[in-house]
Amino acid sequence: MSEASTALGEMAIAPKAGARASRVRRTGRSPAGYALAGPAFALMLMMLIGPLAGVIALSFTDYQLGAPSFSWIGLANYQEMFADRVFWISLKNTLTYVAIVVPGAVALGLGTALLIQSGTSLQSWYRTIYFLPVMATLIAMAIVWEFMLHPQFGLVNGLLRLAGLQSHSWLQDRATALYALCVIGIWQAVGFNMVLFLAGIVSIPKQLYDAAEIDGAETAWSRFALVTWPMLGPVTLFVVVISAIRSFQVFDTVQVLTKGGPSKSSEVLIYTMYTESFEFFRSGYGAAVTVVFLGFVLLLTLVKSVLGGREVHYA
Amino acid sequence: MSALSPIRPWSVIRHIVLIAGALVMLAPFIWMLSTASKPQTEIFSSDLHLIPYHFALWDNLCTAFEKANLWRFLLNGLIVTVAIFGLQVLIALPAAYALAKLRFLGRDVLFALVVFCILIPPQATAIPVFLLLHKLGVLDSYAALVLPFAISVFGIFLMRQFFKTVPDDLIDAARMDGISEFGIVWRVMLPTAIPAVTAFGIFSVVAHWNDYFWPLIVLNSEHLRTPPLAVAHFRNNEAGTNYGPLMAAAMVIIAPLVIAFLFAQRRFIEGITLTGIK
Repeated sequence: MSEASTALGEMAIAPKAGARASRVRRTGRSPAGYALAGPAFALMLMMLIGPLAGVIALSFTDYQLGAPSFSWIGLANYQEMFADRVFWISLKNTLTYVAIVVPGAVALGLGTALLIQSGTSLQSWYRTIYFLPVMATLIAMAIVWEFMLHPQFGLVNGLLRLAGLQSHSWLQDRATALYALCVIGIWQAVGFNMVLFLAGIVSIPKQLYDAAEIDGAETAWSRFALVTWPMLGPVTLFVVVISAIRSFQVFDTVQVLTKGGPSKSSEVLIYTMYTESFEFFRSGYGAAVTVVFLGFVLLLTLVKSVLGGREVHYA
Repeated sequence: MSALSPIRPWSVIRHIVLIAGALVMLAPFIWMLSTASKPQTEIFSSDLHLIPYHFALWDNLCTAFEKANLWRFLLNGLIVTVAIFGLQVLIALPAAYALAKLRFLGRDVLFALVVFCILIPPQATAIPVFLLLHKLGVLDSYAALVLPFAISVFGIFLMRQFFKTVPDDLIDAARMDGISEFGIVWRVMLPTAIPAVTAFGIFSVVAHWNDYFWPLIVLNSEHLRTPPLAVAHFRNNEAGTNYGPLMAAAMVIIAPLVIAFLFAQRRFIEGITLTGIK
């Protein structure tokens, strides 16, 4: 079928036919446009734009799921939220998580990509292995991590004991729970960032390295500092913003491994939103937490579009 | 970069560092396989060994399938991911074609809306969408799992960019041939876009097979559970007692995607990094 239409396509290059066709397109085609884009538009309103407006509106109400009525309460939800110790803990933990996972996953992703690309052997093997955690269902792997971190029978503490160190209840200790989740977050994100960096490195023109060499850049480090790093600027900005947005969304590992605990030490924004809205059914308050989360994500998007003038290409 | 290859020591260092990193990346997978293959007595021992003395993988798998209806959960995962992807294509392709190739009033506004919607994180709309599904009375059903994702603005964007590159002459010729605009989408545009649709399909299936947040919110019934929800419940029920079967269950849940990935890794990496645009 497509071959037939390709053949027809060649015939249509004849100017007369082309002109007629484009006249048809200009005049009589609009109804089709509406019909074709209509369902998508309707669903966009119903599932995205409507709910986005809805969540902002809800944050100014005292709506509770199942309640027969609700009323506008202005900024009361926000006032309650800003007065709530748990919200501030949650926000601080989320920012800590982002501040650890983003540099970790970006630096390791870049390092891995550079190492893989600096030689020719086993490239695709390494790429596959490092990418595996991105693919594997995070919930299943979080449960594996939990057993790896098991105080008595886990791999991590087993290795620590072999090295003559103290074993530790990583996920049950309020001093370490959040950091353990950060490690899982980095482990899962490195491969994704690596692939984006690999695509960036491959697209750097070879002549730039030749030119740098003529200019006296002889060590691997000077080639990196003079060519690779500046050329990766846009990709890096992009990877940082993507990693940050994904880190703000951290939820799966928290919900299944720590439930925000012990004593709120791993409580994060989306988890607070989840418990308030879907366990205590305080939709209005949950919506206010969501708006804060949304603010951070939009801020990051804004940073990306302000700093990254030109579009970033990948893969 | 090839200038580095004559220096032998560098090549050795490169492999040492990368292999060390690879071991860390693989550690959870190795630990999962190892634990899933051990009998209870070996799991609960402080003696650290990866290869079990008694191989119990089969027993653990059997226990996992007995304790949890894993076949059913895998089937749920398949039904949900296929239904979502099918609907996404059905709705996004015509819209993408209209945005790329047709002129109509409001087209640019519509496209701007699409680009804007790409920025909305799925968690942000969760509460109102939940309330909407509650009003419609479809919570705790396949519909609740599928409907919110029937619209993929990202899919529309991606396919629109792709359709832009299809020559107009191809479409004009199809029109003269008497094919309707709707027919053009499926009989002319779709065949040219198979690689892009495949990449989008991998992206969509991986995202929704692995999704935990949404099924957790809208589901109650055990028989509707998707794989991530099922393994989380398995863990909550067996917490601290049955690690062998639990690891076996985790293995089963990640197996379909991991195996598919190992067979077609280039396509998978391409498909998943599409999120990069977001």
